Amino acid sequence: MERVQLERKVLSENDRIAAGLRARFAEHNILCLNLISSPGSGKTSLLERTLDSFDRSERVAVLTGDIQTENDAKRLARFGFPVKQITTGGTCHLDARMIERALLDWRLDDIDLLLIENVGNLVCPSSYDLGEAAKLVVLSVTEGEDKPLKYPSIFFKSELLILNKIDLLPYVPFDIAAAEENARSVHRNMDIVRVSCQTRQGMTEWLAWLDRKREISRAAASAS
Amino acid sequence: MHEMGIANSVLDAIRTETRRFPGGHIYKVGVRIGELAGVDPDAMSFCFEALVRGTELEPLALEIEYCPRRYQCRACGHSYAAAREDSACPECGMRESQFLGGDELELAYLEVENGARAAGT
Repeated sequence: MERVQLERKVLSENDRIAAGLRARFAEHNILCLNLISSPGSGKTSLLERTLDSFDRSERVAVLTGDIQTENDAKRLARFGFPVKQITTGGTCHLDARMIERALLDWRLDDIDLLLIENVGNLVCPSSYDLGEAAKLVVLSVTEGEDKPLKYPSIFFKSELLILNKIDLLPYVPFDIAAAEENARSVHRNMDIVRVSCQTRQGMTEWLAWLDRKREISRAAASAS
Repeated sequence: MHEMGIANSVLDAIRTETRRFPGGHIYKVGVRIGELAGVDPDAMSFCFEALVRGTELEPLALEIEYCPRRYQCRACGHSYAAAREDSACPECGMRESQFLGGDELELAYLEVENGARAAGT
């Protein structure tokens, strides 16, 4: 019996496609963000509020992933920006090839910001690189504040934690300080914003984060 | 549950590698899974066995090395495993650490029996 050392990534094929996407996003000066959360944490609502805040001249596009239905794309399309649904037909996450395929008939030159809404799932999407500049994780206050400890992978890999549904804080036993402390125990330098898509509280902070990220991305593009 | 897809990626890699060993048989594959990889080792083993059963790859064993989160102290350089990024260094007590690993999802090794022997027994 001979032992042969391999030392390569299991998802090297996905990583190869993701690297290709990342290079194309850089070439076309696109900031791509990958939004991940449990089902029902409010990714689509956050995107609705976000798209609603943009001037219609903004060059923003959305890819939204779901196992079934085109419902999210319909909700998001009414803001007038290009939106495409990716229906995975059972797969619990988006992978780089799905993104590559979805972008085939879009002109990348017309896009500055590409928002990807992943399938609602805190585990599987964390393993798949989609070529994004950053992963963002949404956690709502109707969930447990220990989720960062239970699902450390996604909190470790996400640059920003969006704590959503804070308008419900008076009615639920969610300890928001403990949630933030748990997130930072997994990822010390994680950015955190608190928002409510209903009352729009915290939307200014979230949009400021997004603006800063777009600014950094633009600066990096003009420097290269 | 994406372990099925991940187990499939491992088998794809094995099928590719098999071509490097004409007439040989791969008996075992070693996979390294970090605590932060988002992959459950039990589910992974289950999917792997289900996918291998009844195929030309049998017999094929999977050995999983599960890797904890590891940090290196910025003050004294000591490396240690810890569940929190802000854990104190067990050597010097400082809380300034640098992430070393724990998010891996890697094919580590294969065990191959050469063609002649596999055919003769």
